[in-house]
Amino acid sequence: MGIGLILNMAKALMLARLKQTVIAGVGVVFSITMFVALLGFMNGLNQLLDGLILNRTPHIRFYNEIKASPQQPIEMSASYDGYYHVIRSVKPAASRTSIYNNESIMRTLKEDRRVLGVAPKIAAQVFFNVGAIDVNGVIKGIDVEEESRLFAFEDYVVDGDFLDLKNTANSIILGKGAADRMLASIGDMVQVTTAQGSRMQLKVVGFYQSGLGELDNVQSYASMGTVQKMLGEPPSFVTDIQVKLHDFELAPQMAREYKEVFGIDADDIQTVNAQFEAGTGIRSLISYAVGVTLLIVSGFGIYNILNMMIYEKMDTIAILKAIGFSGRDVNMVFITIALAIGFFGGLLGLMFGFLAGLGIEQVPFELEALPTIKTLPVDFSPKYYIIAGVFSLVTTYFAGYFPARKASSIDPVDIIRGK
Amino acid sequence: MRGKPVIEAQKINKYFYSPEKTRVLKDVSFQVTRGEFVSVMGKSGCGKSTLLYILSTMDTDYEGELWIDEELVTGKKANRLSQIRNEKIGFVFQFHYLLNEFSVLENVMIPGLKLNRKTKEELEQIAMEKLRIFDMQDHALKKANQLSGGQKQRVAIARSLMNDPLIIMGDEPTGNLDKKNSDIVFNIFKELAQEFHQTMLIVTHDPEFAAGTDRIIEMEDGWVVNH
Repeated sequence: MGIGLILNMAKALMLARLKQTVIAGVGVVFSITMFVALLGFMNGLNQLLDGLILNRTPHIRFYNEIKASPQQPIEMSASYDGYYHVIRSVKPAASRTSIYNNESIMRTLKEDRRVLGVAPKIAAQVFFNVGAIDVNGVIKGIDVEEESRLFAFEDYVVDGDFLDLKNTANSIILGKGAADRMLASIGDMVQVTTAQGSRMQLKVVGFYQSGLGELDNVQSYASMGTVQKMLGEPPSFVTDIQVKLHDFELAPQMAREYKEVFGIDADDIQTVNAQFEAGTGIRSLISYAVGVTLLIVSGFGIYNILNMMIYEKMDTIAILKAIGFSGRDVNMVFITIALAIGFFGGLLGLMFGFLAGLGIEQVPFELEALPTIKTLPVDFSPKYYIIAGVFSLVTTYFAGYFPARKASSIDPVDIIRGK
Repeated sequence: MRGKPVIEAQKINKYFYSPEKTRVLKDVSFQVTRGEFVSVMGKSGCGKSTLLYILSTMDTDYEGELWIDEELVTGKKANRLSQIRNEKIGFVFQFHYLLNEFSVLENVMIPGLKLNRKTKEELEQIAMEKLRIFDMQDHALKKANQLSGGQKQRVAIARSLMNDPLIIMGDEPTGNLDKKNSDIVFNIFKELAQEFHQTMLIVTHDPEFAAGTDRIIEMEDGWVVNH
């Protein structure tokens, strides 16, 4: 049995009912278009919202936590073994927040092939002295270039050049909220007092806006050297080591692994930001559900039209069987019709979906809180196109399956005798 | 050539179950040998069409045995039966049953395309030859529904010849035609029998038609009364 003949038969039957075929096709085109556009837009938005947090969050963060000694002196005494211990006298010591031997830790991390990059950081609690009052804040001392490369630092510097932070001595990039509160503009000097009491004048070279107001009100950035100087610490002083991986799924396992090796605290992104993943998952789920519903509805359209076609073409089916077409051949003809509608409808749908995506991307979308976004975000990942394409074929196949089975079981004698 | 059985029916019984069990064919046994032009005569309702559907392998719900080309077809799988129909049987119906979606030429070619043993070009040529036999070659590219009844029937016969079948079966092929066209069709059958020694089994209730055939199988009330 030539496949060409099956295709010819399918084509002839479709052309005979061109209008219905086109309507069925349009249903598929519409649903695939919506599916692709909806998922692209939804996921573009998802990525934007997640990126707000996740892009800037290290996949693994190493730090020293201030905590009490896990072993109290009374536990060391053999004579109180087996007793309930009430006395817990040893408080957290003024232990160093600096990571001991951080240079060799960073070197080890950089040599790990799973690691994309490593950036050290210092967090310092400070007060900004504004007139008579003090505004508290946090200054992060960063390796400007690495921070920009790994955590998109420059995207969030809304005014001024982020490289000035490195090139100008004693400079600071203020959080937008903090700057507004201090009435500081670029070129101004601000005075900061550290928790230890030392004071320093810093020059404002830019503003930082993350989109999270809470953060922008307190957080400012300076170079590592500036912060070390401010705190009166040596150049080896580092409080955090941030790691970005090639595949962030590996973060929990690697965090555990290095926690053991270095004997310091390690947090992975999944643990810290679990709620974002949950939100993303649910939003995707909703858009998939809507898309799939659209496709199933169009599947019913195809089912109807094929059923109608079979009633109209009973004679044709009977005659084909009488001249030697098997039930399977007839079945294949109708499945081919369904798949052809699915294939061409799907193809057009993917194209229109892509165009719809481009259209959505042109819609202006400006928010104070999202400095880097000018238009609505759309994700053009091929994943959605592949899913939509496969799904259009699968639904149309099932829409064609039952009508085709009915057609294949038509008894030619009934039809011929019935005349 | 002559003498080899093309179709052999042995004690074929057929029942209809609705509204009640009725025996419509009663121990029907006969043979058609190669080159014979046989007609099946009988009154309306005597079971002659029913018999034809069984012989054509389309109806498989019967008792008894059916041999086509010395192969037992009773109990064969539906796919094999389709193959047999395609390859060995040409069918002509009372109502012309061309496929209106296709041109005349394509209609004739379809059994050949289904058999899939020759290239499309060869099949096109064969189909044209068959159309020429019936003087229909000028209509080859018309759509099937642009033809008159008589023309359609001639195309249908051409189609039944497409795979050079062992036997042609006709179910009242002239039943739906006027006198003039029915004469044309009858002459075609006659010609096929005489010039091409085509084996044919034609169901008819037209005594004139039957009189022109080699042998008449007469049926009455489900029995074969004379063959």
